[in-house]
Amino acid sequence: MTTIAYTVSDARTMLRRNLKHQLRYPSMTLMLVGMPVVFLLLFVYVLGGQLGAGLGAHDGRSAYLNYVVPGVLLVTVAAAVQGTSIMVAMDMTGGIIDRFRTMAIARASVLTGHVLGSLIQTLAALAVVLGVAFGLGFRTTAGPLAWLAAIGVLALFAFALIWLAVALGLAAKSVETASNTPMFLILLPFLGSGFVRTATMPEGLRQFSQYEPFSPVVDTVRGLLTDAAIGNHAIVTIAWSLGIAALSYLWATRLYNRRRAADPA
Amino acid sequence: MTNQKAAGIAARDVCKSFGDHLVLDKVNLEVEEGTIVSLLGPNGAGKTTMVRILSTLIPADSGAMRIAGHDVLTDPDGVRAVIGVTGQFSAVDNLLTGAENLQLMADLRHLGRAAGRRRVAELLDRFELTDAADKPLSIYSGGMRRRLDLAMTLVTLPRVIFLDEPTAGLDPRSRRTMWHIIRELAASGVTILLTTQYLDEADQLADRIAVLDQGRIVAEGTPAELKSRIPGGHLRLQFADPQVLRSAASLLPAAVAVPDQLTLQVPADGTVDSLRDLLDQLHEAALDVERLSIHNPDLDDVFLAVTGSHVTGPLDESPTPTGALR
Repeated sequence: MTTIAYTVSDARTMLRRNLKHQLRYPSMTLMLVGMPVVFLLLFVYVLGGQLGAGLGAHDGRSAYLNYVVPGVLLVTVAAAVQGTSIMVAMDMTGGIIDRFRTMAIARASVLTGHVLGSLIQTLAALAVVLGVAFGLGFRTTAGPLAWLAAIGVLALFAFALIWLAVALGLAAKSVETASNTPMFLILLPFLGSGFVRTATMPEGLRQFSQYEPFSPVVDTVRGLLTDAAIGNHAIVTIAWSLGIAALSYLWATRLYNRRRAADPA
Repeated sequence: MTNQKAAGIAARDVCKSFGDHLVLDKVNLEVEEGTIVSLLGPNGAGKTTMVRILSTLIPADSGAMRIAGHDVLTDPDGVRAVIGVTGQFSAVDNLLTGAENLQLMADLRHLGRAAGRRRVAELLDRFELTDAADKPLSIYSGGMRRRLDLAMTLVTLPRVIFLDEPTAGLDPRSRRTMWHIIRELAASGVTILLTTQYLDEADQLADRIAVLDQGRIVAEGTPAELKSRIPGGHLRLQFADPQVLRSAASLLPAAVAVPDQLTLQVPADGTVDSLRDLLDQLHEAALDVERLSIHNPDLDDVFLAVTGSHVTGPLDESPTPTGALR
């Protein structure tokens, strides 16, 4: 086999390992999928009546459901990558990573396995949340192409956040830290256009929400799934995603390759 | 590549500090191909650091190292292709079963489907893990985890194996099983560097022993050479009152009294005759001994003999502190 074939083979092995971990650790997977579902129910049934009235629609609650689904999908992505950080940190603090480091295997394959595994997990979580949303009465105007584009946008942004989560997991000294540091990502859809129109926010917050990365993603997905305008949000979304992915990738591989300096004798 | 008879492990002037703490101070280590060398020392002596450097996990500050002809600095991947490492902290995947752990190694060694399966089954059998093969590691005992750990190292047979305290924390039976496996490995021609803090383990397994103390090799030789420098352990006599202890101490000038424990440590070569002589002496002097125990030579005795001081780091209780007469 060639070097490239070995690299692909090692990455596949690590992906299989990662997927098995997810199956063996179902409580985490359930928690990560459960949180956005709970948010969806809370926002539609508890807050939806009043928030929907603000949209000026005739049936407030179902209008708000259609409005909030893209925001909840982004919460789903943010929650799922928290699991990535935890899994990476668990790996780095366990003994097995030292074994991998003393073996002649493609060096990046450990991280590649985590990234691909998390991407599959995130897409599965998105499917579950969308399923629930449809069950609650979510209606979309999207055709097959628009669906494909929406999934592509979500997957690309998820890919970027997963690399960021890998880096955060590598930077964390303990599994506990790793489960906390990506937490701020879950807040960002709320501080953007995920749950209410940014025009209703106070001045400073509105400016922040216009420039933070989650807003253009939410607006793009919303535009693709419902008939809202997309404008330049798609371009901005792709730029943010590629930027976050590239920087996080560099940060993560640097952290991974940096051999631990302080070490017990 | 050199033509000279390749040493399994050749390390010269290896230095390593963490911050301003010097952990390894110009360590030289040579392991001939197909032999077992034991690095013997207390916790904190630098044994694990030495293993981590030689197995490419951390870089040395200076020094030259070759493993089976591959330079650790310039050809780490060449080193990784020929070594196996089993550390004191089990390097197993806790979320997988025993069989899955082995299969993972077979996949990463690119054994192929059929060959991989066969090798996994062989190893499960050889390491007596077949019954637990499909059980999660959470139910594995310490000995089982250690066996699985070593089995994972042997999915493809490495030319050089590092065993970092392979029996630390194991019960005596698991220890013997481990020793048996290590002997078999050596017999198959693998070069082994074994770190341990147990003198009897080094004595049982190693062709040569290097004693490491505070980052320096303080003694080196065959087990027989090393043991000839150690007194044969001692007898510990426990007395009921200080008066008798004092009398016994004056009767036995070579002994060391420990007044606050009311004990006397008498150097002994471990023979029955010397024990009989001692008991006769005590009997004639009408000195009552509460208890007598026999203390076999351990790492502390080695250190006393070669450095003139006791073990400096924390020393775990030896699994066989006392024993039968030899």
